[in-house]
Amino acid sequence: MKKLVSALLIVAMLLVCATACGPASETDELKVGFIYLHDENSTYDKNFMDAAKAACEAMGVTYLQKANISESNECYDAAVELVEEGCDIVFADSFGHESHLLKAAKEYPDVEFCHATGTLAHTEGLDNFHNAFASIYEGRYLAGVVAGMKLNEMIEAGEITAEQAKMGYVGAFTYAEVISGYTSFYLGAKSVCPSVTMDVQFTGSWYNEQLEKEAATALINKGSVLISQHADSMGAPTACEEAGVPNVSYNGSTAAACPETFLISSRINWEPYYEYIITCVKDGTAIAADWTGTLETGSVELSELGTNVAAGTAEKLAEVEEELKNGTKKVFDTSTFTVDGAAITTYMADVDTDEAYTGDTEAIEDGAFAESKARSAPYFDLRIDGITLLNEAM
Amino acid sequence: MNKSAVKKQHREPLFHIAKRDDLVWWKAWLIRLAAILLAMLLVGVISVILTKGNFFETYQIMFIGAFGRLGSSTRLLWKFFQKTAILLCLALAVTPAFKMRFWNCGAEGQALIGGLAAAFVMMKLGDQLPYPVLILIIVVASILAGAVWGTIPALFKAAYKTNETLFTLMMNYIAMQLVSYYAYVNAIPAGSGQIQSISTGHLPVIGNQPYLLNILVVAVITAFMLIYLKYSKHGYEISVVGESQNTARYIGINVKKVIIRTMMISGAICGVAGCLLVAGTDHSINANTVGGQGFTAIMVSWLGQFHPLIMVIMSALIVFLNSGAAKVADSYFLNSSYADIVVGIVILFVVGCEFFIRYTVKYRHLQRGKSA
Repeated sequence: MKKLVSALLIVAMLLVCATACGPASETDELKVGFIYLHDENSTYDKNFMDAAKAACEAMGVTYLQKANISESNECYDAAVELVEEGCDIVFADSFGHESHLLKAAKEYPDVEFCHATGTLAHTEGLDNFHNAFASIYEGRYLAGVVAGMKLNEMIEAGEITAEQAKMGYVGAFTYAEVISGYTSFYLGAKSVCPSVTMDVQFTGSWYNEQLEKEAATALINKGSVLISQHADSMGAPTACEEAGVPNVSYNGSTAAACPETFLISSRINWEPYYEYIITCVKDGTAIAADWTGTLETGSVELSELGTNVAAGTAEKLAEVEEELKNGTKKVFDTSTFTVDGAAITTYMADVDTDEAYTGDTEAIEDGAFAESKARSAPYFDLRIDGITLLNEAM
Repeated sequence: MNKSAVKKQHREPLFHIAKRDDLVWWKAWLIRLAAILLAMLLVGVISVILTKGNFFETYQIMFIGAFGRLGSSTRLLWKFFQKTAILLCLALAVTPAFKMRFWNCGAEGQALIGGLAAAFVMMKLGDQLPYPVLILIIVVASILAGAVWGTIPALFKAAYKTNETLFTLMMNYIAMQLVSYYAYVNAIPAGSGQIQSISTGHLPVIGNQPYLLNILVVAVITAFMLIYLKYSKHGYEISVVGESQNTARYIGINVKKVIIRTMMISGAICGVAGCLLVAGTDHSINANTVGGQGFTAIMVSWLGQFHPLIMVIMSALIVFLNSGAAKVADSYFLNSSYADIVVGIVILFVVGCEFFIRYTVKYRHLQRGKSA
């Protein structure tokens, strides 16, 4: 018994010592704090984490992270904790973090709060609260071009007729971000393969491997000869590899897991944005309320091409990318699509977030839908002809 | 039967296990404390291997993660008590059912449905009623919703002898889907599938401390549960039904009534937890609002041996481990598995040490010494 007691006392002393004698270092250098919805096991968060590491190491600043922070009061707590740890910038990566991050931003006017995919910065008008996104629709349009080339190859080889050129798309929710994504993908394909049509199946979840796999399989069984997706798991690419159906991926290359069917993937690279906000704080300049990364800034990235893309894809891709960059081509050019059989000449988009879900901003400018202009997060939500929604997103 | 008294001719094993019957309470607690400290020691060793950091730094970061830095704001300390309070509230809720051997695995769903009721009232009536009336309706609605969600499986158990473990578990998923549906339909902003922030019907803030109300409410529930289980007639009936339903029937207890009544209370307290989370802390709701604490509460209740005061300690321990380990994981850029490993190790030791409290290991040479 005595031995046990003395052993306990030693351990207890060690613990007390461990907590009491540690250093609490405070330095003057710039600190950035990152809040993530999940951890590295989610492709969505890993994309942010890799960029944070790269940007902060390149810029020589310290960075902290709070992972697995749910879209609740937890996010507010995490933000305040990062502020108390001495962060000059706090960044959160998930849509549902926004209102909680905003609450922290109001309490700490001296700290910059940046939020990916959010919509409130342009109406809140706080000096220290900012939204950011990227013109990923351009990336998806380019990926669509690759898909269209593949369809043309299949038509020429006699595998399908021009009428059978139907693509399938697995979406998360019936939300502007997703609608903007699949529409730009479809328009990219249509720009090279005019007879293409598309079915969209929603899963009602950003990450559900089983549901995404089932949705992709259902689309294939309904006659889709090519699949793309806007959801975060490997569900759809795996289903395509098993069925031998070409797949356009998202958030990074899936070539390693799906060598036969992988065509191309687009993703947002957050590194340029991180470097931008760090530079702003270092220089004492204001961070834009809304920042939209583009092909030019290096925020929209395309992966390498898969082994089974159609001949001439790389050349065509480079050509269209150049056209998008120099502005001769616009993704949502109103002459390339119709809604209910008619061309669009005017459209009030719901840009401002309020409880009345009504259009408030004219989005058609110079013959195109001006996506990500009035705010960084996408707001294209037109249901264009040629795309059939098999369900609404729940 | 004193085995050591029996003279044995054959070779004795190196040690044998014997049941203890009289271990003074402080010795039992010393064993438990030793188990926790040993577990923490192992956690430290594993952390050093994973992080390649300093052995003591791990503990330091854990304490900072759970309680905040010495001398800095008390915010993390408040958060610690808040998290402990919510976990404890859910553990207290399932305990009367457990004592009755009714395995209520539905605290998650019962709390969530209580939260949903709160959110519904906050959004529908928020700007139409005077504040005190509104708060009253929110609280009553949450309690009723939780109670109904808890009573449904009890009714089926009483009437058809359905398996309550599966039933309550399934009810969790129904609650989650209902919340997802509600959040989707009433989303702010539209179509995002999320309710970000409800502006009306927040529970009052006492003394400028946003978590104080929650902590006080749970303290009251703890006291209530202590008295209810130990000194009330209901508590006695629960124990008897738990020991043997036949005995209960024999002494004239209406078993069905006790099952239904107890689950109603169990669900109602879960409803309170949901109300505290939605109207008190988050001011929003999603399927993850309770965040699995309804399941952790089951463990807390068992670890606390269904005793409200021990459950206070166990809730605090688990919250400490979770927030501390999360801080370590973030500091060294590890993923969430680290926290799972830490909590897993400590729980294993805590559960394992009960063996040494109930049994004693007797070594051969010791017995010889005694019998000689």
